[in-house]
Amino acid sequence: MSRSLPLFGFLLLVALFGFGIWWNTRHDPREVPSPLIDKPAPEFVLPLLDDPTQTVSKASMLGKPYLVNVFASWCIACGEEHPVLMAEGRTLGIPLVGYDYKDAPEDAKAWLARHGNPYDIVIADQPGRTAIDFGVYGAPESFLIDARGVIRYKHIGPFTPEIIERELKPLIARLKQEAP
Amino acid sequence: MSRMLPCWSAPVRDRGASRSRTNALLQMLFALFLAFPGIAAAQAIDPLPFKDHAQEVRFQNLTRQLRCLVCQNENLADSNADLARDLRREVFGLMQQGKSDDEIKQYLVARYSQFVLYDPPVQPSTWLLWFGPGLFLALGATVVVLTIRKRSRATRIDSRLVDNATIEQGDDW
Amino acid sequence: MTPELGQLALILAMLLALAQGVLPLVGAWRGNRVLMAVARPAAAGQAVFVAIAFGLLTWAFLRFDFSVQYVADNSNLALPWYYRIAAVWGAHEGSMLLWVMILNVWTVALAAFSRQLPEAFLARVLGVLGIVAVGFLAFIVFTSNPFARLLPMPADGGDLNPVLQDPGMTFHPPVLYMGYVGFSVAFAFSIAALLGGALEQAWVRWARPWTNAAWAFLTCGIVAGSWWAYAELGWGGWWFWDPVENASFMPWLVGVALIHAQAVTEKRGSLRAWTILLSIFAFSLSLLGTFLVRSGVLTSVHAFASDPRRGLYILAFLVIVIGGSLLLYALRAPKVAGGKAFSLLSRETVILIANLMFTVAAAMVLLGTLFPLIGDALHLGKISVGPPYFGFLFPLLMLPVVLLLPFGPFLRWGKSEPAPLKSVLVRVAIAAVACAIVAAFFVDGQAKAIAGVAAAVWCGVGTLLYVYKRWREMPRGRRYPAEMAGMLLAHFGVGVFLIGVLLTESLSVTRDVRMAPGDTQTIGAYSFRFDGVHATRGPNWHAEQGTVTVLKEGKTIDVMHPQKRTYPRGQVQTESAIDPGVTRDLYVALGEPMDPNNLEGAWALRLYAKPFVRWIWGGGLFMMLGGFVAGADKRFRAKRAATAATAAQPSQTVAERRA
Repeated sequence: MSRSLPLFGFLLLVALFGFGIWWNTRHDPREVPSPLIDKPAPEFVLPLLDDPTQTVSKASMLGKPYLVNVFASWCIACGEEHPVLMAEGRTLGIPLVGYDYKDAPEDAKAWLARHGNPYDIVIADQPGRTAIDFGVYGAPESFLIDARGVIRYKHIGPFTPEIIERELKPLIARLKQEAP
Repeated sequence: MSRMLPCWSAPVRDRGASRSRTNALLQMLFALFLAFPGIAAAQAIDPLPFKDHAQEVRFQNLTRQLRCLVCQNENLADSNADLARDLRREVFGLMQQGKSDDEIKQYLVARYSQFVLYDPPVQPSTWLLWFGPGLFLALGATVVVLTIRKRSRATRIDSRLVDNATIEQGDDW
Repeated sequence: MTPELGQLALILAMLLALAQGVLPLVGAWRGNRVLMAVARPAAAGQAVFVAIAFGLLTWAFLRFDFSVQYVADNSNLALPWYYRIAAVWGAHEGSMLLWVMILNVWTVALAAFSRQLPEAFLARVLGVLGIVAVGFLAFIVFTSNPFARLLPMPADGGDLNPVLQDPGMTFHPPVLYMGYVGFSVAFAFSIAALLGGALEQAWVRWARPWTNAAWAFLTCGIVAGSWWAYAELGWGGWWFWDPVENASFMPWLVGVALIHAQAVTEKRGSLRAWTILLSIFAFSLSLLGTFLVRSGVLTSVHAFASDPRRGLYILAFLVIVIGGSLLLYALRAPKVAGGKAFSLLSRETVILIANLMFTVAAAMVLLGTLFPLIGDALHLGKISVGPPYFGFLFPLLMLPVVLLLPFGPFLRWGKSEPAPLKSVLVRVAIAAVACAIVAAFFVDGQAKAIAGVAAAVWCGVGTLLYVYKRWREMPRGRRYPAEMAGMLLAHFGVGVFLIGVLLTESLSVTRDVRMAPGDTQTIGAYSFRFDGVHATRGPNWHAEQGTVTVLKEGKTIDVMHPQKRTYPRGQVQTESAIDPGVTRDLYVALGEPMDPNNLEGAWALRLYAKPFVRWIWGGGLFMMLGGFVAGADKRFRAKRAATAATAAQPSQTVAERRA
């Protein structure tokens, strides 16, 4: 019996490695799940990209669910995501908030002018300070926030039509039912 | 090679490289969904206005125990990712406010999850990690003790051993 | 055309490896001498074809054959020729080819130097090595072909990662692989012993020199890697507990245990099953390292692309090789504890304890490395395990080893008297405490540094005491057999290493500073004056080069030139400047200009003073040397002396004395 122990230990390792290979085919190993899911979104006050004199805050957004999409003009993957948002953004039925992350305002405006603007409003976080409160660590990232200001869902990486159909839309439907 | 490479060592922002020719590392990085600001620079050298050297040392020790989320094989002290720089400033600011190391860690964990801690706290989910080696040691030590007892009991019966000891008196190497 | 020839050579090598892996084993089983005789020529032929493939790949790099995908990916027209050669093993496909070539080097060396081994035993050993070679060659041919074409051919290639463009990096992988792959020999010996069922202790003696050599190469490879990380990554660290480093460290730890267990088994006949198991573990961990690094199951950002297909392939291979050998072990390992008995106070006991600690340490490193994966599997959330974990547990586990180290040589096989040990204890304790007290004044009461001095003196003086004892008690020529000299060198190396680690860790000073030309910063007795930055260029890079003058007591002791290089593909790479010294390294790295538009102005610089950092690698080199010296003992090369080792030795040494 004791002579078989190493073999059993090894088989346990094999199971673990097999799991690891399988797991990595469906998860990006670099993806760090947010601890903020189902927690109130952090307080924020950020200027509009187009008009820095006006600000948007968490309080001003309360009352209906909305999707915050973190993007930047320097971000290649955002360019991949952009056509998807252009096509699907209007079909979501909730406001789409562009969150311009660590970007020069001129660059972001030029980028939106060139690729089109799928957002209802665009807020700018040039220093990236508020993004830390949201746990942003790259772009694109997206947060679905409900009417009470609670983060219900976070997607890291670009949206694809499949993910929008499979994950985002059912959740939005649920949030709309919840909303008063 | 069979070594970690700092993730800034590849030109993530180099849009000119055609995909068919990019090397394995670039393919890997392109395959990442995320893009990060300002990786193309080298290492993190970030002079901050510390109160005194003791605070600088405390800052260095603390940031070395925190993991960078962008370059995930680097700690916050060494990473030159833009976010790492922001987070260092954040840690520095919290230190100036008189926050303790634990409070600063909690601040980051609340935003970025436990993943940022290179030093996972002892809690039920990490019991295996922290107590596993002790368990191995206990099991192994039991086997070793049993072996030694069995073999040393045999010495009393095995008179050859004593003979050997005398024969090899000169050089038992 | 030549790349296709290379591929053909690989396929032929794989077929020969298959012949080498199957026929001799069948021959040994059936007692068929013709089949057994296939082993040698098949191994030689395989080596030739792999060498041809390797040569052709090198050739493709040298003549910029960008129609080969691998060449196009990892080199370009501006890359100097020496780094184009290094680029052969600079990425996944080529490094696997290097792996196989080194396996061939070991196999051919074994075939050449083991003519005294029993025919069937050698056939089995070469057969096992053949099976390992088949696995790797098939891996290359089916999943990682370095000769794959790229059409249309690009005008210029990509680049070898600039971090790899360093002399240390050219040297590190081949040496490291010599170590990894070298454990395959001990592995093959133990499998052959299990297969043969002739579990005499003779096989261990044949395996010992190979194990020592492999371990010494691994030590050297790890030292080179550590040095490279220190000099090239620019963080001033020498060990990061990164999964990739851990992958090389686990076989090293088990290798230490194996070397000692082999000594017990060879000389006393005890621990036979354990020695076999450790041989399997050491090589399994080498293979496991390859798996971990290349399958992408762990989050470690490294040079290898992760590909689930490759991961699955390697996993299947692991199941066959490791699973197969552990199954064989379960079925055929010796059930009865053989060999001579030993009492509580004996060399066997301390070796057993050290074995336990090293094995548990390896298990701890494995657990820590894999725990993030376990966390995923058990839904515990994403967990990072890093230097604080390993840095806490590893020293704890090594503490008993360090404490016991001076006594190992003084203890006798079988049974020791306590009296001589007591006198050793008293002497090393006095030496350690005395030095610790003296050190306390110099290091400002830093506990870690004092502990470092005490531990180093403990190991060093303990070892020297034994050297002295042998000098006094033994006649000339019999004082230090190579095997013992190797042990003493390695044990002394532990002391050197300890002082390096603990002093560096506790007394290093790191400062990130803003410096305008003419500014001076002081660390300890050293003043660093920044004299500005100017542009410079190399064969395939251009750089901003800082000038930092180091002064001590007003005298200039060095002018340092840290660089920030930009390579053709836009990669930026810091080249730190190091002023080396026995008691301290000074280390300067250049950051960014404080104002990007004013290169003449202030810059961010990182200054380090690292006391005794070189002793870390010095200790490693002592250990490496110990491994080689011990492995070179003439006793291991004796003709078919089988079990009569102890009987043969006195006459041999007497003859020596006469000569």
